[in-house]
Order: sequence, then structure tokens, then C-alpha cells
Amino acid sequence: MKYLDEYRAKEAAEGLSREIRRIITRPWTIMEICGGQTHAIVKFGIDELLPEDITLVHGPGCPVCVTSLELIDKAIEIASRSEAIFCSFGDMLRVPGSKKDLLSVKASGGDVRIVYSPLDALKIAKDNPAKQVVFFAVGFETTAPANAMAVYQAHKEGVKNFSILVSHVLVPPAMEAILSSPNNRVQGFLAAGHVCTVMGTTEYYPIAQKYRVPVVVTGFEPLDILQGILMCIKQLEEGRWVVENQYTRSVKEEGNSQAQKLIKEIFEIVPRKWRGIGEIVKSGLGLREPYRLFDAERRFALGDIKTQESPECISGLILQGVKKPYECAAFGKKCTPEHPLGATMVSSEGACAAYYRYRGLKVNKTKSRKNSTKR
Amino acid sequence: MSAKSPKDFSLSCPVPITRYPNILMAHGGGGKLMHDLIANMFAVVFKNPFLMEGHDSAVLDLSRKKIAMTTDSYVVRPLFFPGGDIGSLAVYGTVNDLAMSGARPLYLSAGFILEEGLGMEMLWRVVQSMGRAAKKAGVQIVTGDTKVVDKGKGDGIFINTSGVGIIEHRQKVSPRSVRPGDCIILSGDIGRHGIAIMAVREGLEFETTIKSDCAPLAHLVGKLLSAGVEIHCLRDLTRGGLASALNEIALQGKVSIELDENMIPVRGDVQGACEILGLDPLYVANEGRFVAFVKEKDAARALKIIKKDSLGTDASIIGKVRKEFPFIVTMKSKIGANRIVDMLTGEQLPRIC
Amino acid sequence: MCLAVPGKVISMTGGELFSRKGKVEFNGIIKEVSLAYVPEIRVGDYVMVHVGFAISKVDEKEAKQVFKYLEEMEELKELDIKQARENRKGKT
Repeated sequence: MKYLDEYRAKEAAEGLSREIRRIITRPWTIMEICGGQTHAIVKFGIDELLPEDITLVHGPGCPVCVTSLELIDKAIEIASRSEAIFCSFGDMLRVPGSKKDLLSVKASGGDVRIVYSPLDALKIAKDNPAKQVVFFAVGFETTAPANAMAVYQAHKEGVKNFSILVSHVLVPPAMEAILSSPNNRVQGFLAAGHVCTVMGTTEYYPIAQKYRVPVVVTGFEPLDILQGILMCIKQLEEGRWVVENQYTRSVKEEGNSQAQKLIKEIFEIVPRKWRGIGEIVKSGLGLREPYRLFDAERRFALGDIKTQESPECISGLILQGVKKPYECAAFGKKCTPEHPLGATMVSSEGACAAYYRYRGLKVNKTKSRKNSTKR
Repeated sequence: MSAKSPKDFSLSCPVPITRYPNILMAHGGGGKLMHDLIANMFAVVFKNPFLMEGHDSAVLDLSRKKIAMTTDSYVVRPLFFPGGDIGSLAVYGTVNDLAMSGARPLYLSAGFILEEGLGMEMLWRVVQSMGRAAKKAGVQIVTGDTKVVDKGKGDGIFINTSGVGIIEHRQKVSPRSVRPGDCIILSGDIGRHGIAIMAVREGLEFETTIKSDCAPLAHLVGKLLSAGVEIHCLRDLTRGGLASALNEIALQGKVSIELDENMIPVRGDVQGACEILGLDPLYVANEGRFVAFVKEKDAARALKIIKKDSLGTDASIIGKVRKEFPFIVTMKSKIGANRIVDMLTGEQLPRIC
Repeated sequence: MCLAVPGKVISMTGGELFSRKGKVEFNGIIKEVSLAYVPEIRVGDYVMVHVGFAISKVDEKEAKQVFKYLEEMEELKELDIKQARENRKGKT
């Protein structure tokens, strides 16, 4: 595929890997914020091309992982009602709420449908005027223009049976929350290329300056990620902390101004609770008047749902890179991908789920290493 | 039997069925309507001496010590998809399961669970498709059953097929026969069936020319066996895709498997669909592909035999069996790094992240 | 977060900006995509598509950036080797 396959070339990846090894002189900890990047790192084994001095911390950039338990429970509540058709991106269906997930709502007769785009949900609403159609609007800034457009069109066309359950989150406040934590270990960031495609790069200038931390806007293919890491290490080694853009083929400094315009028209900035981290001020998007009409929380008069995360789960500390999954008492025992206690064990990109899968091999590897030294 | 179109059906169809354009509860009730359905639809298409006996069970003379037997149920939606339908799937799926144990498939049973109100014409198309598939796969449908459930209690048509085949060789084809050093041959490109089905699902639709790879594999396996290739294990790739099949074998055979991503053929359009939906082709369903674990010395010869067949032109040696780190499947990725290919918890869902 | 995939715009419909749509091809797979946010797009351009929306035009020139970088790296390395050789020559 054009603009994909060429960024998966082995020789070029090895070239970048060599250059990283050449310039690095000491250990550094870098966080890739975006779950899409984490996915690529796991899928292509990118971390294996990096020197041991680099620690990659997987950030909170997975909308599936960070959507709060309250909102998942609200989604489950709406989806269980007979008058509702509940539409969602596929990967939200397996996220556990307090008692069950959306897949089990579907199993017990709820009309839960996987869609590719919020506009598909809007179409379902138009095709089913007797039903209330709700779209689970999760995501970061990248997805906001799509959800904004669905609401804008529903408003313009007077589609009365459509609403969205909003769980929009923003990247910069989460970065600040991580950086201002006393336990912070992150020394450099790979910023999310598609978030910046929409929002531009200027939001990150003050963060880089205030916390003296390099921020490299990075794409999603192996060569992008390796080059992003290289640029970040270079800054760290040279004692610089500026915002750089690796993903120039998609990201412009000013971002996508059309998209930003509609986001501002439909949404306003609100406080948002992040699963595993807690509430962060000004870290989410909520519907603005007069579009609140399309807010599913209002339409279904859900009120406050009180939830309790498992007290044993330390996913917040893991998302911030403070603790490793195997340092958790529940890891692999009470908490597994089949029965997750917290967000990071849920998504296949979640740090705990990733560790769980690779644990077998890591144990074997260290064992065989020990054996060989004995010999 | 000829490939009649649904239009032909209404012309040639005897009175009792045309009088009822839809399935009624009575079509499964054991009375006249059911007998008409069997006589005028199933018997016409599946015609063979065993079925024509009209007895409670078919009596087969296998005159072999070793036979293979398997069963599978088919619940695909939509019933008709690009490249196949529930009927052809129900025949090939069971035929392939027999072939994977090294058997030559001979006889199938067919159990239908029909939903009240199902269009008679729809059923006719499915039955005809089964007839064609059975002919292509060289098997006979020798016994069957029909039940009708209340409207809303089924999904149009559910089909169960069981199959019997004979073992004509002395090899032990089983995951437990897999040995370190074995070469793994994949019979063609992966992911077509799953993507073809997804393309027509509400909410995910896209335009494509991808057709399901749905096909019978027994003759191809037969070629390998009669050429004397030392086959240790065979597995057809179905729901969980290549990754799940290999994980199962690694687990059952207590070995590890090492793959090379560059050697796994994926068509460009299948890759395109996987990229936009965030799916990994390794986990996407197939219905006409298998992996063969063969002794290293026979691998080149086996590959040649498979590639000569029209179902195996894209076959490729995709990896090897290893002793170290048992139960684990690893893969050298496109960029030359290793990753673990594990089994999924559930069905692979399209993702945004 | 945020899977976005590059595809080629093969046709466009709709006049008013927000209703502009197009067919985008991804290696033989064709999907209808909203072009509301990329007013500059023409047929033949590549766009990044996220959940049914084009969010940017792929910049053809910038797409070569990483490969140029790698080339320069190689050239620098060769230069380094040359220089090292010359230094050695000078010393002997």
C-alpha cells in the first residue's frame, strides 16, 4: 500500500536502529502516548530494535483503556433498554463495566451494533425512526471532528432519535498530569501524529518549555516510530527540549483548521475522569448548547452512577509508567485478559495485557540465559 | 445436477412447495408437507442410492479398518456472501475437517434447522449449492433431517453436517506427530473469507471484489499423501485464522513455531481492508486454506505439488517448528524483529485505536 | 488512539463543503469518506482517513523525508570513513 509499506522497510529500520545506538550514551525513558503507536511497537517488535538503554513507557492514549467505569456502566445501561440501538466502535464492546460488558448486553438481547464511523450510526437512526440510536463517542482529538460532524448533521437535519454518549479526552492535559506527578519518570514524549494532524503542534510548545521535556510528533509506522525515538534521544543527549515534527507528511503546525472550527462549534472543554488516573481538569470535551439535546446522558436521564474500581488494581500507576505490571499483586492471578480488573488488562495494547502475553517468553529467555552462563 | 437459477425453480417445482412460498412449521412436522419437501427438494438434488433407500439411517460399506468422522454446524450471516453461501460452506467445512485428519471424505449427513417463514426459493438455492459442492468435493449426502423452529427462533437456515471418510495410508497425521525441524507450508493467501463477509455486514460495508476462498481441500491433501510426502500434521484455517490454528498446534504438539511474516501471502485488497478496520490478517477467517507440517526433507517436493494445484498457486513455506520455548508462536516481522503471535481472547473486533 | 490510513481519492460528490464526500481507495478496497475537512483535496490526492473522515492530505514531498534523512546519514557516514582514512594517511 502506498504510504504504508515503504515505512515498513527492514533495511531502513535497521539504519535508524544503528543510528540510535550510535548516539545514545546513557539510559532514557520515553513515553509514546498513543495506543496506536503502542500497537505498532508490539505488532512489529520495534522495541527489539532498540538498545537496552531505552525504556519505552506506554502512555494513556488508548480511548478504550481510559474511558471511565461510570461511562461504560452508562453505556451498558442505555444498551440494555429495549427502545435503544447502541452503536460503538468494535473495540469498546469488550471493556468491562462494574458488572458486565457490552458484548454480554448484546448476548442477552440488547441491540448493540459495531459501526465504522459515527455517520453510520446517524444513518441507522434515520433508518429506524421508532428507535433511539445512541453512538458511543469515545476518542481523542482525532475522532472529535467525526463525532462533531455527526451531531452537526443530526441537528441540521432534525434527526430527533440520535444522540451520543460522550467520552472525549484531550492529550495535552494528560501529558501535564503525568509530568507534574512526583513519581514521573518520563523524560521525552512521542506525541500522537493523528491527534496533531487535527490540532496542530502549538499546544505542545508550552509543555516542552515548562517541563523541559522534548516532544516529537510521531507517525505510526515502524520507520516513523524509530525516527521519532531517534529525534527524541538526540534532543535528550544534546540537552534540548523543543517540539519537533517527525510526521510532516500528515501534520502541519496549525493542524486542520476546518476540523478545529467544527469541534469548537459543537464541543466545549470540560473536566473528565480517566480510568485508572482519576479526574483531570479541562481534559475532555462535552457538548455545547444548543447541541446538548444530543447528549445521551441527558436524553436517558441517567443521573449519577456510582462505581468502584477494584482496590487491588494499580493501573493508574502503570499508565503513568511508575510501576511495572508484574509489580502488581493481582497480576496474572486475579487479573487476566479474560477477567481483567482494570483498564490496562483490557485492550490488547494495554500494558498489563501485553506483559501477560509476553511473560511466558521472557521467563523462558532469562532461564535459558542463566543456563548458558552455567555452562 | 445442473446449476438451476431460482427462476428455473418456480417453473419446475412441484405443486406442494409452490403453494407455500415460505417454510411453515408443518414442513418439519413429519406429515405430508415434510415428505413433499424431502422428496421434491432434498432428494432431487442429493440423489444417491443410499439416500434413496429412504431408511432411518444410511448403511455404508467402508471395508476399512480406519475411518475418520467429524461434525460441524454452520450459522453464517449473511446466508449468501461473495464467493459462497451457507450451503457450500456446510459441505466444504466438513469435507475439509475430514481431509485434515488425512482421510478421503466419502459421505455426509445434512441436518437443517429452518426458521418458519423462510423463503422456499432461498432454501432451494442453498440446497442446490450444497449439491454442487458435494459433487465438486466428491462426497455423497446420504442421510438428513429437517426441523422447523418458530419465526424469530432461528436465523433463516442453520445446517449441521457430519462426515465420514476413510484412511488409506499409514501416516499418523496429528498435532502430536509434529517434530522440531518440520517445515510449515501454507496453501495460499489468507484472510479472504473473513473480509468478504465483513464487506457485506451492516455498519462496516465497503466496496470490494474480494470473494471468500471457500473450497474443498481433500483432493489436494490426497495428492500429497499419494506422493508419499511425510506429513506430520494438517489443519485448515477457519474462524481464528492462521494465528489460532498454529497456536493450537503448538499447544497440542508441545513445540514452538517460528514464522516469517514476509513469507505469508496476503492479497493487497485484503491488506487494505485490514488496515482500515484495524484487523490483523493473521486472525481473519479462511475457508479454503490449510497448513501442512511436513518433514524438512519433503518440504520442497510438497510445496511443488501444492503449487501445481489451482487452489495452491500461492502456497509458501512460512516457518519452522522449534524445540525451544514450547507452546509459543513467534514471527519475524517485516522489519526483522521478533514478535509473539498469540491466541485471541475472543473474536477480533474492528478497532479505532 | 486513532487509527488513520492513507488512501487515494478516486471520485468526489457534493458541492457544499460539509456535505462533500468522495470514494477513497485503499489497495482495491473502496469506501465512501467525508471530505468535509479537506477542502483543498482533488481527485488523485492521497488522504489520511480516520473513522470515515479524511483528516489531512498526505504531503507527497514530506513523505520522502525519512528516506532523505537516511540517505544523508549514509552520506555522512561515508564522509566520516573517508575523513578517518585521510586522517590516518596524514598520520603515517
